[in-house]
Amino acid sequence: MKFLVTVKRVTDYEAKVKLKADKSGVETAGVNMIVNPFDEIAVEEALRQKDKTGGGEVVVCSIGSADATAQIRSALAMGADRGILVKHDGAIDPFHVARVLQKVVEKEKPDVVLMGKQAIDDDSGQAAQILAELLGWGQATSANTVTLEGGKATVVREADGGLETVACELPCVITADLRLNEPRYASLPGIMKAKKKPLDELTPDALGVKVENRVVVKGFEEPAQKKAGQKVADVAALVDKLKNEAKAL
Amino acid sequence: MATHLIVVEHQSGKLNKASLSAFAAAAKVGGDLHALVLGQGVGEIAKAVAPYAKKVHVGEHAGVKDRLAQPYAKCITDVANAIGATHVWAAASNAGKDLMPRVAARMDAAMASDVSAVVDEKTFKRPMWAGNVIGTVELTTAKKVITVRPTEFTAPAAGAAGEVASVSVDPGASKMSFVKFDAVVSDRPLLQDARVIVAAGRGVKGPEGIKTVLEPLADTLSAAIGASRAVCDAGWAPNDWQIGQTGKVVAPELYFAVGLSGAIQHVAGMKGSKCIVAINKDPEAPIFQVADYGLVGDLFKVIPELTEAIKKAKG
Repeated sequence: MKFLVTVKRVTDYEAKVKLKADKSGVETAGVNMIVNPFDEIAVEEALRQKDKTGGGEVVVCSIGSADATAQIRSALAMGADRGILVKHDGAIDPFHVARVLQKVVEKEKPDVVLMGKQAIDDDSGQAAQILAELLGWGQATSANTVTLEGGKATVVREADGGLETVACELPCVITADLRLNEPRYASLPGIMKAKKKPLDELTPDALGVKVENRVVVKGFEEPAQKKAGQKVADVAALVDKLKNEAKAL
Repeated sequence: MATHLIVVEHQSGKLNKASLSAFAAAAKVGGDLHALVLGQGVGEIAKAVAPYAKKVHVGEHAGVKDRLAQPYAKCITDVANAIGATHVWAAASNAGKDLMPRVAARMDAAMASDVSAVVDEKTFKRPMWAGNVIGTVELTTAKKVITVRPTEFTAPAAGAAGEVASVSVDPGASKMSFVKFDAVVSDRPLLQDARVIVAAGRGVKGPEGIKTVLEPLADTLSAAIGASRAVCDAGWAPNDWQIGQTGKVVAPELYFAVGLSGAIQHVAGMKGSKCIVAINKDPEAPIFQVADYGLVGDLFKVIPELTEAIKKAKG
């Protein structure tokens, strides 16, 4: 089976998030950049499903600046077969991400598109579902377990209040949740091989997509800070505070 | 003038109260509020939201019995277009997150996810980078789709009941089908609705710790139980209990963080709580920085003592 997996270059989740001095965006100078963790899970799932379903191809796609090549190479080092960078500098909203991916899908004709359920930078969580609608395909978001069999994907989803199982005819779009799998570490031979794997470069223009963002970020601010709390000596003091000061009991 | 359509969510015959936050957010823009209830046998749900809307549209069809994104997106879009909706809203629940981007694509509308404030009819504030940054976003399309962070909007006061009318819906062809839903069965309140939450971190050391130490405290307070990602990943608690950036966002009156270090991802999901109590044996744990009251100590000793003391204090 053929898989198209998307990877986004994002700030490391362990790095402290700070606004630039002019508040025009989040400071990335000197900050480690990684593959969005949910996308890494999507890559791992594609690799496992490729093995389970008797081979095929895993194609990794990223939309971003030339720097995003590093994130594509990380996915290739995990075992993906080839990469596509759709080169775009500057902001691109979820709708245009989906439009670009729609064009890539039309070119590549994958059986399954695997994506992370959200990127940990803008936390929008929209592109996969928009893509599914543009393609007229079924979707399964927040996947916990994926079974590809009999021309369909049966997916257990992490829903509100329990686990929901849905089936989608192939081709379809699936987004990975945290517990879908534990991504492998790239091996040294994997990293060496990745350097030689094919990586094509495209642009939104070449794919026929004009990026005119319809979600425009007007500014950023720091969230309101909570005032520092107090330590209490023992259980009696805590219960007293909760009852008489916070009136929370 | 704006015309709003609020997509009402329900599960097992009950209204998901998070939907009310979407009415509250839409009211901040101003204009007429319409609601849409899709499903089968959902008359009671429609009645429950009538006091918040000018008109409730009820779309009953076998094809929308189960909530699937593809047929739902078509029905919602058809109704939104029929009433000339300028804004379509839903709670940023798991279901809302799954469904609404698809509605946005179908309506050719821009979408703002998980908004925490309404600035004007096209401008919204929303948490980004796990809530470490608040972005102000403008939607430039004529039609707009918005999901609302329920903890940031107080449910509106009930008004005179609006008109309830059925609307015919056509789910169209779908590439998706529903297989089953395995509900997490519990006698406790839902995390999103609970007045008090007791949350377990890795310090509880296993499912036994939750059962023997945290449950009695939760019983005393009629509290819901939540957990950190580490606890859910370890299989000590169901995934549905996870609170944080990638789990549930909660804001109860009283939140007990027990044996929980307070990783950024967890704090993003609970820092809106009115009163936060942290109990941890490590005095340097980051959770103490967000706690209103911190107690340094061994939870296996402190929590049973606390449970007894609260029982006494409540008489």
